[in-house]
Amino acid sequence: MGDIRVMREDMRPPAPPPRRHLISIEHLTREDVERLLGTARSFARSLEREMKKLPTLRGRTIVNMFYESSTRTSSSFELAAKRLSADTISIKAAGSSVDKGESLKDTALTLGAYDPDVIVIRHPQIGAPELVARYTSAHIVNAGDGKHQHPTQALLDLYTIQDELGKIEGLHIAIVGDVLHSRVARSNIQALKLLGARVTLVGPPSLIPRGIEEMGCGVSTDIRSIAAADVVYVLRMQRERMQEGANYVPSLREYTARWGVTPERLRPGQKVMHPGPMNRGVEIDPRVADAEDALIEVQVRAGLVVRMAVLYDLLTGGPVGVQVLETTEVA
Amino acid sequence: MSAAKVLLDEEAIERTLVRIAHEIIEGNPDLERTALVGIHTRGVPLAQRVRRLIAERSGHELPLGTLDITFYRDDVVVRGGGEAPLHSQPVVRDSKLEFSIAGKTVVLVDDVLYTGRTIRAAIDALFDYGRPARVQLACLADRGHRELPIRPDYVGKNLPTSRNERIQVQLVEIDEVDRILLIPAPEEEQS
Repeated sequence: MGDIRVMREDMRPPAPPPRRHLISIEHLTREDVERLLGTARSFARSLEREMKKLPTLRGRTIVNMFYESSTRTSSSFELAAKRLSADTISIKAAGSSVDKGESLKDTALTLGAYDPDVIVIRHPQIGAPELVARYTSAHIVNAGDGKHQHPTQALLDLYTIQDELGKIEGLHIAIVGDVLHSRVARSNIQALKLLGARVTLVGPPSLIPRGIEEMGCGVSTDIRSIAAADVVYVLRMQRERMQEGANYVPSLREYTARWGVTPERLRPGQKVMHPGPMNRGVEIDPRVADAEDALIEVQVRAGLVVRMAVLYDLLTGGPVGVQVLETTEVA
Repeated sequence: MSAAKVLLDEEAIERTLVRIAHEIIEGNPDLERTALVGIHTRGVPLAQRVRRLIAERSGHELPLGTLDITFYRDDVVVRGGGEAPLHSQPVVRDSKLEFSIAGKTVVLVDDVLYTGRTIRAAIDALFDYGRPARVQLACLADRGHRELPIRPDYVGKNLPTSRNERIQVQLVEIDEVDRILLIPAPEEEQS
C-alpha cells in the first residue's frame, strides 16, 4: 500500500514578507537571479503576442526618479511598467548643486505621499536609493547610483548572455575599459560571478581600481587578452569625468589606439556587448558595433523584459514554487 | 490527524475523461474548428489525454495549447510589508498557443473548478491571443463554492465539499499516480 502524500498549497507564510528592494546585486542569491531571468523569459513570450499588455500590475503606481541623464534605462522602466498595466510618473531632475541629500529627502517625502508601490531611482550619489527607502514605504529599485551599482543592467546582461550563448556558467567574460567609474562593471562582476562565469578586467592600470581582484576577477593590461573570452563587454569611456582634472589616459586617441575594441583584436564569432551609450570610435570601433556579433540591441530588448520581471518580482514576492507545508501519511 | 480519502482512482478518472471526450465530440459538430487549451499545471496533461481520446474516437487531432494564468491572477500583488497573498505564487510556466484561436471554439481544461477565479483569469489571458468564437470549460472535478458566475460545460465529477476541505487531483504525468483525494479540514480549524 503506497503512502498518500498530502500537500496543502494555500496556507499563509508564517510572517508577512519584509519590504523588498533591488539596490545591489550583492543582496541577491543565485536562486533570485534565476527566478528573475525565468520570469523575464515568460514576459518575452507575452510580448510576442499581438496584445502586448498584461493586466498584472493594474492599479499600481510606479515612480521613476532620474537625477542623471538616461535614455535606455528610463524608457525601458517606463515601458515595462506600462506593459504590466501600472501607472507611471516620471520625474527628471537635471543635475543640481544644492545639498542633494536634503532635497532628495524632500522629494522622496513628497512622492511618498502619492503612495507609490515602486520607486525607481537613478542618482549620482551612492546611497541615494537607501535614503529614499528610508523615507517612503515603496519598494525601491536602484537604476544606478554613482559609481556604485546598476543591478538591472547586470540582470539584463545576464539575460542577454544566457539567451545568446545558452548558458552563463563556465563562460569567460572580458570587461574592457573604464572600470574605475563604472557601476555597470561592479554590478556585472558580482552577477557574473554569482552565476559561475569567469571575469577578466582589461584596461589601462589607471582605470582599473586597485584591489578589485578581491571581487574574484582577473586583471590584465594587455588588450590582446580579450581574444580568449567568450564575450567582450565594452565599457563606456566616461569622458565627462575624465576632463575634470586627473589624466587617467594621455588622450582619447591614445586610449583608442591601445585599448579600443577593433575587429582585429577580436576572434571571429566573439560576442560583443556594451551598456550604452556608445562612444563610437573611442572604446568601440564602429565596425564592431555594427557587426552581427554585437549584442547591443539584444541588450536593449532584454532590458524591457528584465525590468518587467523586477517590478513583478518586487510586488508579488516572486513566483515561488508551491510550498509543501504539511505531509500526512495514511496507510 | 484525519486521513485523506481517495474519491476517484485511476480507472474512474480514465472513465470520466472518456465521457468528457465524448461530450466534447457531441457538443462540437464542427470539430475542425475546435481547440483544447490546458490550464497549468494539471489542466495540461488532462488536455493532452482528452485530445488523445477525442482523436481515437473521432479521428480529429485538435490543436492543443497551454495557458499559464499567473500574470492574470486577481491576487498577485503584495504590498510592501503588508499582507501576504492567500496563495503562494505558482511557478510561471509557458503559455503556448501556436495556432490562431480566432473564430474557433476553445475548450479550456482544468483539474478542479472551485471559486472560478482561475477560469476568469484564463478567459482574460485567452482573449489576449485573439477572439475565439466560443469558450467552453471542461473540468475533472467541480467542488462548488463559486465566487463568479462561471459554469462548466463538461464536468467529470461533482464533488460537494466544505470550504475547509481540499480536493487534490494527482496525475501520473506530474504526481506519478492517478487519483482524486479529499483532504479533510485540519481539526483545529473546524468550528
